[in-house]
Amino acid sequence: MTPALSLRDVTVTYDRHPAVHHVGGDFAQGSLTALIGPNGAGKSTLVKLIAGLLSPSEGTVLRHGPGDGGIGYLPQMSAIDDSFPITVHDVVALGLWRRIGAFAPVTGGMLGRIAAALEAVGLAGFEDRLFGALSAGQRQRVLFARVMASDSRLILLDEPFSAMDERTIADLLHLIERWHDEGRTQIVVLHDIELVRRFFPDCLLMARGLVAWGATDTVLTPENLARARSMSEAWFPDADICQGAA
Amino acid sequence: MNLLYDAAIAPFADFAFMRRALVAILALALGSGPVGVFLVLRRMSLIGDTMAHSVLPGAALGFMIAGLSLPAMSLGGFIAGLAVALLSGLVSRHTPQKEDASFASFFLISLAGGVLLVSLKGSAVDLMHVLFGSVLAVDDAALLLMATISSLSLVGFAALYRALIAECFDPAFLATAGGRGGLAHTAFLVVVVLNMVSAFQALGTLMAVGLMMLPATAARFWARDVWGMILAATGIALLSGYLGLALSFSADLPSGPAIVLTAGVIYLLSLIAGVKDGLIWRLVARRHLSA
Repeated sequence: MTPALSLRDVTVTYDRHPAVHHVGGDFAQGSLTALIGPNGAGKSTLVKLIAGLLSPSEGTVLRHGPGDGGIGYLPQMSAIDDSFPITVHDVVALGLWRRIGAFAPVTGGMLGRIAAALEAVGLAGFEDRLFGALSAGQRQRVLFARVMASDSRLILLDEPFSAMDERTIADLLHLIERWHDEGRTQIVVLHDIELVRRFFPDCLLMARGLVAWGATDTVLTPENLARARSMSEAWFPDADICQGAA
Repeated sequence: MNLLYDAAIAPFADFAFMRRALVAILALALGSGPVGVFLVLRRMSLIGDTMAHSVLPGAALGFMIAGLSLPAMSLGGFIAGLAVALLSGLVSRHTPQKEDASFASFFLISLAGGVLLVSLKGSAVDLMHVLFGSVLAVDDAALLLMATISSLSLVGFAALYRALIAECFDPAFLATAGGRGGLAHTAFLVVVVLNMVSAFQALGTLMAVGLMMLPATAARFWARDVWGMILAATGIALLSGYLGLALSFSADLPSGPAIVLTAGVIYLLSLIAGVKDGLIWRLVARRHLSA
């Protein structure tokens, strides 16, 4: 079966130092993969690369069909201007961008989709509230509703549960499982290893380079986790030129 | 009653130059309202000021080539302002330097170049005209230019509105959805520069942003969403222009500062009494709701 997404020996650098180093492999269609690793491991950088927000210094990212090419991207909350005076309804409507672009009207069917997305995240009736006036958990629910409205086949969630309470995590996990049942390919950056073991069939463990990638129980071994933890966050200003795959 | 008529209506009924100034200010206010609101929302309030000053060398160059010719000075100002805006944008997108720092650098180069050009070829009077403008001296050509820019701005904003909202709120999401946030930002900068060129005719480069920023910052205390802020900012700009002109006539004050100071007073009143988070509402103890 053709994978949904392939990474071909990708490296991403900041100031010539690798943040993602020679990572390669395939995400299967409809797979649900947890992307984990210590701080500074390059998880968010890899997600931004897949989202097309960064370019690889080396290697290629290949998207394969089917799908409309859209990506449902949930950035870290810190990347969003939460003081911007935008209503919950309008945030979710941004999920329709691929269909409406900068000019097309939002049709009745699309309004129905926005309402259904808000209903699904438990925020029906919040349409006219300002995004910035919501709690952190409610904001994350709104952003999940935006992903849902986008109807993307590839979904990238960057630390969706950070600073969320148990109930919010449970509700959002339910959505992720629903998207999994619908055959959408998902890549989710996480820190909670127990959560990954319980809910995520596949796991990609990285520490700039790839430590292990595959079925979660084969990846989250004590040896692999120890290898990932041993990664040094420091960059070495006088490091040698890289000579190839790690 | 007569006093009110004399102060508020007579100057405009009796004098063509006051009517002309009023129309100029109305045109300016219509374009400036949305521009100012988006500058504030994009945290570019101070960048607006630097952009206003950066039109100076172009205007000066236009003046050197064609004398006090409005088209030449406006075109020169537009080119200089646009060059500063685009260069700053390029530097901030392709180097680690932030946009405010690159704007500050290019605007200072531009401002110094402008002052040098004016002092080499012009007189102190010319410099004062460019720095302070003169809304009471706008002629038909200037009025036409300001009305055209205002119309273009409003059409431009209608076209850019959704993309600007998306780009301000979450640029990464817009990029992954295929939106062209960079293009919207650049188009917005063009609209800002156009409005600066329009404003410098009336208020001069020193105070061109006055009618843009003060109504926009005041609007924050009267409306909670972007549309509301745009409407409030435009209304405040119109009111400031009208009251400022009337005040300058009756008290024999220079018109530019009178208009901008009126906008400043409205800002302070909004800060104190605005229904959205004005200071009074914060001090008044209101009983909390049950949920």
